Amino acid sequence: MKKIKAAHAFPSAYQLFPLGDAAIVVQFGDKISLEVHKKVRAFAALLDENTFEGFVELVPAFRTVTVYYNPWQVSQRGQHDPYQAVIDLLLPLLTKTHHQEEQPSRLVEIPVCYGGEFGPDLEFVATHNHLSPEMVISLHAATEYLVYMIGFAPGFPYLGGMNRLIAAPRHGTPRAAIPPGSVGIAGNQTGVYPLETPGGWQLIGRTPLPLFQPHHPSPCLLKAGDRLRFVPITQKEFLQRKEQVHESVD
Amino acid sequence: MSLLIEKPGLLTTIQDGGRFGHQKEGIIVSGAMDRMAMRIANLLVGNHEQAAVIEAVAPGPTVRFRKDAVIAITGADLSPTIAGESVLMGRPVLVRQGSLLEFGAPRSGCYTYVAVAGSFELPQVLGSHSTYLKAGIGGLHGRALQAGDILTPGKAAAGNGFRDKMFRSPASDTSGCVPARWTPDPRLCPVYQEQPTLRAVRGPEYDLLSENSKQYLWTEKYQITRQADRMGLQLQGAPLAMVLPEELISCAVTFGTIQVPHQGSPIVLMADHQTTGGYPRIAQVITADLPILAQAGPGTILRFAEVTLPEAQQHYLQQEQNLEILKRGIELKRLFS
Repeated sequence: MKKIKAAHAFPSAYQLFPLGDAAIVVQFGDKISLEVHKKVRAFAALLDENTFEGFVELVPAFRTVTVYYNPWQVSQRGQHDPYQAVIDLLLPLLTKTHHQEEQPSRLVEIPVCYGGEFGPDLEFVATHNHLSPEMVISLHAATEYLVYMIGFAPGFPYLGGMNRLIAAPRHGTPRAAIPPGSVGIAGNQTGVYPLETPGGWQLIGRTPLPLFQPHHPSPCLLKAGDRLRFVPITQKEFLQRKEQVHESVD
Repeated sequence: MSLLIEKPGLLTTIQDGGRFGHQKEGIIVSGAMDRMAMRIANLLVGNHEQAAVIEAVAPGPTVRFRKDAVIAITGADLSPTIAGESVLMGRPVLVRQGSLLEFGAPRSGCYTYVAVAGSFELPQVLGSHSTYLKAGIGGLHGRALQAGDILTPGKAAAGNGFRDKMFRSPASDTSGCVPARWTPDPRLCPVYQEQPTLRAVRGPEYDLLSENSKQYLWTEKYQITRQADRMGLQLQGAPLAMVLPEELISCAVTFGTIQVPHQGSPIVLMADHQTTGGYPRIAQVITADLPILAQAGPGTILRFAEVTLPEAQQHYLQQEQNLEILKRGIELKRLFS
């Protein structure tokens, strides 16, 4: 499909292209970067406040915002070309995005009980990197991470910023079930599992916080654009926090 | 208390038009695999077209009606019977209290839909009734239907209106069901095919395909393997080679996206697709053909035919126009029959 380049004033500021006949992708860059992420957030926020008839939803990712629409509605029941109609609706917002102020960003602290039964692979990550387990914990907890996007599972954050000194390869054979709340490392990535899923990540700890509460008005703890910090807690604190969570859910 | 699930079948779930607005949080859309069949079934019983219905595959469930109900069965033909008599699909049917709905041998398609007038009294989760099995939400207790489950139809005036006016049978008739004497013009509904050709537009990463692979995609036959479920269909056929960039960056994927993982065999994403993915999106099955794809089971041989975006949009709009005609026709039946 032919890609539409941005208006001449801001060459290569963004590209527009279709994803099938009911979605359009706005792409703000070629690489993963903080600068591109800020544009993604600014545009997503602007569009959230300025939705149009036939708008279905938007999905921000590392360098793109995908906008889903209902072609029947945006074309006013078939009177116009739906794709062109959506472009005409998005262009003014894209122009504004360029002047948009930076979005405020929340800092979310995720308590983690590292090692032991909750982090069976902490030793492996340490040995693999010639570090002590304590050093792995302190490096993992010292970084402020950025939630670039949410995907793969409800509330699963794609985090940027992990220290490469604690990188570790995935398990050759994935585990059949990783308990929810597990904090893991895969290559240069770290993440936290909201649901029980199979997976090959090296598990270094677990959080007592629920990342996904479907019956809550705001079901996911994390959103794209959040900053995140892991805070080490003891097993005792883990159990206390877990109990508090149960009480608040009941 | 009105519908009792006596046997659950292989995978019987409650689905509606899908859970929208939460993909940015990683929450999948789910919803009926064959959206047109679901919408038509709802319209036939006077429901809102996106209302919750029962979706089933073979072997289908066994359902006891504890009260009279108006239902419509659409989608795959799994040889449905009511009180032992075969029942016509694609039209409203009055089911009498005590009757048993059963399914037999699959004759065409994969996913069958049972809409009940008034839909079901069930709580919505995040704006939808669709069952999302992995997260355990939606439908009935977030799971597939089980033996002993009870579904209670909601109160829908339109459905009741149907009941009085549309079904005329002599009082002496004590059969388990009374089908309406009319059915929508079949030209208004998608036609399922044994060896379908699915129309598709190029995807954002189409140009990563080698020249040979581009040709294969539009000319070769592909077969749906046994790895076929509500999440996606794994295909088998001429492997597709690509010139991959250094880094594949995750981005949104959708219903009908054709992705190519490393081993070169394409996967088509279906109703329970993940919200984002990292594999190249080489093409996208057009929305109008998704019902045909959804009804193509494992072993089906299919082809892809390239269309332009304007053509894809034309087919989309045509399908919506057909549905409008169907809606108006049903409304006239409701008012004047």
